[in-house]
Amino acid sequence: MSQYSVWSVLREGLRGQTGWDRAWRDPEPKPEYDVVIVGGGGHGLATAYYLAKNHGITNVAVVEKGWLGGGNTGRNTTIVRSNYSQPVSTQFYEHSLKLWENLSHDLNYNVMFSQRGQLGLFHTPAARDAAAKRANTMMACGIEASLLSREQVMKMVPHLDYSENARFPILGAMLQKRAGTARHDAVAWGFARGADNYGVDILQQTEVTGILREGGKVTGVETSKGTIRAKKVGVAVAGSTGHVMRMAGIERLPIESHKLQAFVSEPLKPLLDCVIGYAAPGAHFYISQSDKGGMVFGGDLDFYNSYAQRGNLPIVQDVAECAMAILPCLGRVKLLRHWAGIMDMSMDGTHIMSKTPVDKLYLNAGWCYGGFKATPASGWHFADLIANDRPDDLTAAFSLDRFERGHTIDEKGMGPTPKLH
Amino acid sequence: MIRIKCPFCGERDHSEFSYGGDATVEYPALDASVEEWNKAVYQRANPRGPHREYWHHLNGCRSWLIVERDTLTHEVGTAEFAHPGLTEALK
Repeated sequence: MSQYSVWSVLREGLRGQTGWDRAWRDPEPKPEYDVVIVGGGGHGLATAYYLAKNHGITNVAVVEKGWLGGGNTGRNTTIVRSNYSQPVSTQFYEHSLKLWENLSHDLNYNVMFSQRGQLGLFHTPAARDAAAKRANTMMACGIEASLLSREQVMKMVPHLDYSENARFPILGAMLQKRAGTARHDAVAWGFARGADNYGVDILQQTEVTGILREGGKVTGVETSKGTIRAKKVGVAVAGSTGHVMRMAGIERLPIESHKLQAFVSEPLKPLLDCVIGYAAPGAHFYISQSDKGGMVFGGDLDFYNSYAQRGNLPIVQDVAECAMAILPCLGRVKLLRHWAGIMDMSMDGTHIMSKTPVDKLYLNAGWCYGGFKATPASGWHFADLIANDRPDDLTAAFSLDRFERGHTIDEKGMGPTPKLH
Repeated sequence: MIRIKCPFCGERDHSEFSYGGDATVEYPALDASVEEWNKAVYQRANPRGPHREYWHHLNGCRSWLIVERDTLTHEVGTAEFAHPGLTEALK
């Protein structure tokens, strides 16, 4: 693999861009691997990368039924932050944020990570208290956070709706300065190139149709390109988790599949230099501006179980109303595209990274709204779980059996109602 | 827009309804084991395909319905009152 650098860009500029190699190979499947990862999204590719980099396990295949990053990796609103109110969650996402901070260098691939800061607006005294509690939890975990007054927010983003009759009067915001956005496709491609460089086989257009087991232990996968035997299998297919795990005889999981829409407007001149989000009863909204100028935003789920990767109109209206409530200047901006991805909505709103009842079969699932920002840490810790056959300290809390043990991690306190997390 | 045929109000947009989740879940007796309660409260089949589910006609007649819907195609099949007595009473 050739190293990307300013010199290679200059050299290829002079040579008419004729000397670039493929970023990763397109190999035929081998009959057997040490580890097979099901799912070639960001999480699966990051897992393969860290299996090779951190654990020296390079006889690995990533099996993907479509193309890399064609699922939720390419469908999210690209926000990266680590401001959670449950200590285990905020620590997990903080590890991810730290990995994000060096990811472009680590991968030698520009993931365009931009730490432009994220403002979480609050509109009521109760919401301010909740934001203060969250900021305190973060600071107790060693993560920087600050509360801004209404005046400070006005100075930072002068064009929000601060009028007397605003639907959501802005009392202030919690700011995480190190939060930001990244280029979602580049994350999948960067991890794919990095993993491939260590010898990992990335098998696209290869659908897993069965999970082979012998005496309660996984032995491989059946695919559209034949049988692939494996000593260990990791499943990272958020959105289709139930469908794939059923192939391993696991009929029920604490997960429902819901679809979440995202939107992008026509490109505009620079309008918003940070990420803004807010949640109030009946409203949920987050927005940033892409480097191309499009306003990238989203809101709530469609609120019913679905595997259809397309959104429904009531939420389009709902999200548009949320946008207008804080950024009325968007009123005449044209929507360019909207689409939907399938979220694994877990029963407590927190992800699952765990061993399963099947020996040597590992599950990475249930990411709800939080999958993209988790990508590097998800790969890091899932690789550790697979390599060592035991969860590390940061992962143990995210086990599959936490529900039965009563140790749920319920960020929003919504109880076992997946659509509300 | 998904359209649900409410047996009382007729065919209405799904935005009038609130989704209530998997209708095949059966709750065990109060003194049942943790394992049984865990299965009822937390574990879901989450099928990709036909799904029996609750919908509450919140902005309509406020009946709870059981609807057959395909989670992949969004095709809606039958919709009936969740309370069987209501179907009888309205006959």
